Amino acid sequence: MKIVLNGSSREIADGTLVSELVEALALGGQRFAVEINAELIPRSRFAEHRLNPDDKVEIIQAVGGG
Amino acid sequence: MSNVTQNSDPLIIAGKEYRSRLLVGTGKYKDIDETASAIAASGAEIVTVAVRRTNMGQNPGEPNILDVLTPDRYTILPNTAGCYDAETAIRTCRLARELLDGHNLVKLEVLGDEKTLFPDVIATLKAAEVLVKDGFDVMVYTNDDPIVARELEAIGCIVIMPLAAPIGSGLGIRNPLNIRTIVENAKVPVLVDAGVGTASDAAVAMELGCDGVLMNTAIAAAKHPVLMASAMRKAIEAGREAFLAGRMPAKRFASASSPIEGLFF
Repeated sequence: MKIVLNGSSREIADGTLVSELVEALALGGQRFAVEINAELIPRSRFAEHRLNPDDKVEIIQAVGGG
Repeated sequence: MSNVTQNSDPLIIAGKEYRSRLLVGTGKYKDIDETASAIAASGAEIVTVAVRRTNMGQNPGEPNILDVLTPDRYTILPNTAGCYDAETAIRTCRLARELLDGHNLVKLEVLGDEKTLFPDVIATLKAAEVLVKDGFDVMVYTNDDPIVARELEAIGCIVIMPLAAPIGSGLGIRNPLNIRTIVENAKVPVLVDAGVGTASDAAVAMELGCDGVLMNTAIAAAKHPVLMASAMRKAIEAGREAFLAGRMPAKRFASASSPIEGLFF
């Protein structure tokens, strides 16, 4: 199925869990937060939240800024 | 009194005491090393960061800003820079809170226009209301308008941060009397946020009675950012001490400093 990850289309397996996506992206150990369709997904729910086709996933981090 | 700004005159934000009244942004530096050196020289204990998309896999070895400016050493103040409506500002704050393990302190800014980066105060008021109800400690960027500042305080914002001049302009304090009025009205800390260009601007903000100054470009865009960071630290301390000392009244004509009595000619 297709999702939109940080603005780019991406093909992933049907029923992928957020935790699996995070692992596939090798984000382990980094500080980030995840939003799906403009809704925050707390870390505690990564292992149970399944992605749906056309989900808009945003993975964000802190960067330098004023 | 000699160490008044260092020891007995802390800035208190969300129940935490800070020795430094200078808050700094972390944008626009040449690289992360320059960011860290300038921030160390500034003496700041609160640093702002922005929240952006993770750069997936393109620069795997690049250190994250929070690896260098660690939350155990600095109070991290995530901002909502780049948000032009209340919705995205609220989303950004919620993401930041998750990113920082439940840390509730945020800098709210909702911009109205790309040319001026002036705040959209109507959207700012709306976002502030939602965020305060949601348990955030909101430090809010606003215009130098005493009425709006009063409303933001009434909503429950914990720090009011009027601009001195447009963000990144370095124009200094354009409306000092409004800043003074905001300070006089407020029961919460007032920080000048944005528009400071050089050390004297920071000192003026403090002499007006502001509780602190938040700046980024004035340091990052200086020819020597680390030196300017040090200058800003001193200007903030000098301005604060001058404010506490209470300046002499300005007079139109001279008043001799040496006694008239005992003149021998």
